[in-house]
Amino acid sequence: MDSLVKAPDASPEKWDRIISARRSWFDLNLADVWRYRDLIYLLFRRDFVSTYKQTILGPLWFILQPLLTTIAFALVFGQIAKMGTSGVPPFIFYMPGIVMWGLFSSCLMRCSGVFTANAQIFSKVYFPRLTVPIASVFSILATFALQFLMFLVFLLFFYLRGNDIRPSTAVLTFPLLVLQLCLMGVGFGCIISSLTTRYRDLQMALSFGMQLWMYGSCIFYSRSQIDEKYRWLLDLNPVAPIIETFRNSFLGTGSVNYTELAILTAVSCIIFSVGVAIFNQVEKNFADTI
Amino acid sequence: MSELIRIENVSKRYRLGAINRGMLVKDIQSWWARKRGKEDPHSIIGEHRKRVDKDGEFWALRNVDLSINAGDTLAVIGRNGAGKSTLLKILSRTTTPTSGQIKTRGRISSLLEVGTGFHPELTGRENVFLNGAILGMSRREVRAKFDQIVEFAEIGEFIDTPVKRYSSGMYVRLAFAVAAHLDPEVLVVDEVLAVGDANFQKKCLGKLNDVNKEGRTVIFVSHNMAMLTTLCRFAVVLDAGQVIYPKGGIAPGVDCYLGKISETARKSLSERSDRSGEGDVRIRELSILNEDMDADKRVYLSGQKVEFHIRFRSHVQRRYENLSFAIGVYHGHSVFVGLLCNELSCDLLSFDGGEGVVVCSMDKLPLTKGMYVLNVIVRENGVIQDWIQEAKVFEVENGDYFGTGRAVPESHGGVLFEQRWELR
Repeated sequence: MDSLVKAPDASPEKWDRIISARRSWFDLNLADVWRYRDLIYLLFRRDFVSTYKQTILGPLWFILQPLLTTIAFALVFGQIAKMGTSGVPPFIFYMPGIVMWGLFSSCLMRCSGVFTANAQIFSKVYFPRLTVPIASVFSILATFALQFLMFLVFLLFFYLRGNDIRPSTAVLTFPLLVLQLCLMGVGFGCIISSLTTRYRDLQMALSFGMQLWMYGSCIFYSRSQIDEKYRWLLDLNPVAPIIETFRNSFLGTGSVNYTELAILTAVSCIIFSVGVAIFNQVEKNFADTI
Repeated sequence: MSELIRIENVSKRYRLGAINRGMLVKDIQSWWARKRGKEDPHSIIGEHRKRVDKDGEFWALRNVDLSINAGDTLAVIGRNGAGKSTLLKILSRTTTPTSGQIKTRGRISSLLEVGTGFHPELTGRENVFLNGAILGMSRREVRAKFDQIVEFAEIGEFIDTPVKRYSSGMYVRLAFAVAAHLDPEVLVVDEVLAVGDANFQKKCLGKLNDVNKEGRTVIFVSHNMAMLTTLCRFAVVLDAGQVIYPKGGIAPGVDCYLGKISETARKSLSERSDRSGEGDVRIRELSILNEDMDADKRVYLSGQKVEFHIRFRSHVQRRYENLSFAIGVYHGHSVFVGLLCNELSCDLLSFDGGEGVVVCSMDKLPLTKGMYVLNVIVRENGVIQDWIQEAKVFEVENGDYFGTGRAVPESHGGVLFEQRWELR
């Protein structure tokens, strides 16, 4: 008689779920996502654990990668090209930009590849697809946390060495900056994912495009170093001011523009919403176009 | 009985243009071709063509109604391409219907493929939790069932080893064990029982039977009529996207389906349009003759001498080299039994065009009682010239295969082997 107890409420017209063709752009089914919260945790764990299984250095890789990149750029741009770094050592000038850019680009790349990377499993089993990008963002944030700690350690080191580093109260905007980058990364990633599911060649263009984007994001220079004539180009890139603000607040290499910050918050929310809405539409018919 | 699923007037349309493209260049080619009124170079050719209307649309399901109550065990039967998988996909929410509605109560879990989401680097234990979560279980639920799952899968101490080191058998067993311990209101099973060794299959069937007895609702899709008959009480038969046998008893359902197959097979082969291949050579007739050379008896005895005659004609007059003929033998509908093929057993054939007959003879028909379906194919230098599925249906009765005067017992299935026994 177990089945009778288990059988859900049998009142004739009360259904748990109605599957039909129509689905509005913002019907995200968040209740379902919440019900699958354990899956988010397990996917997060899988991402995190499987990256460093059977490697020599293990979780150290999370730190090593931005560290070596920073060293390389400090050598190339700082030592060889001798680009100006507002009076702080090139190493500590480049590092915040590289860490923040890493956060943004991994959010974007991971979200843009959600459908292609999980094609097999998505076409077999239903679960709220949003769980996958959510879990990715969490694992990216975990990586970012480690890298951020590393940055703080180096910051302290240079500060104690007597370099001209003046963290301002604007460092308190840091969580907002991280949020903005995540929202934008996920938003852009989802928009791109809708294209890459149909056109695989865009995946190739993407990694190249990201490289170009990186050079336009104030990582190795500050906005003030750019000629007035070309600054508008930089203003088209919503990532650049976020990275700049982050660096300025921690290193004291420039001032922080709060109006700009408010506008960017709105922009990142819009990009995120558009991305999620598109994701939602792609998800619906993904299995048919794969 | 409470109703768990109600499918109302559900249709699913695929736009042929939208499938399997994947490159911007190809989309532009197709668009350009359509623009000039030419044929789309990337359109899909083959067996589905007949159901494609002029707009390049293909209806995988059309106006399907179905109601499933708690405790039902339902078999969804149909030929390949009848729409079964599409129906299951819509039920398991991996795709949405084009029109119509499906109303459901409770959790529906599908065993469309076992082991989805297994990550090779993770241990068996981690994968059980992950896979369970993907299938909709909470961590608490998995933890409560964990010991049962491990025991069922016979994994033992290897549970903390990364699954990439598992044998394929262990992998499948663990994957199935997770899926089998889900407790959904409705369980959807699609042809999974083709995995694992015979022992494990038996165990799975047992498990499914238990699920059955508990009053759980199960929807099966399989071509194994014998299994469906033992496991299911109800059946629904689909053909070309439509319901041709509305939900009813399993036995008449199976009959309806087999009837549908033989109906197709009764049509003369030269009239059949559901064929594929280049078409330079076309098969006109496939007949089976027994010792009396009595064509088309439809019922044959195991152990009889039989000849398979393939009558064909060339539509392009030229010399044909390296012709290979093959007849695929299936039990029921899709359980593959064996292949008769000149390419494997003797030599490739050549012919100068016109009409011809090729004969494959067997001294003793090694099949046991049952219904068999034949597919037939002709290839030239490996290129398919003509291919007809379900070209012929015939029945076999158990006969005196070994010449000992004792017929094979009714309950025995499978095929018969030529054999000798002696005491040494």
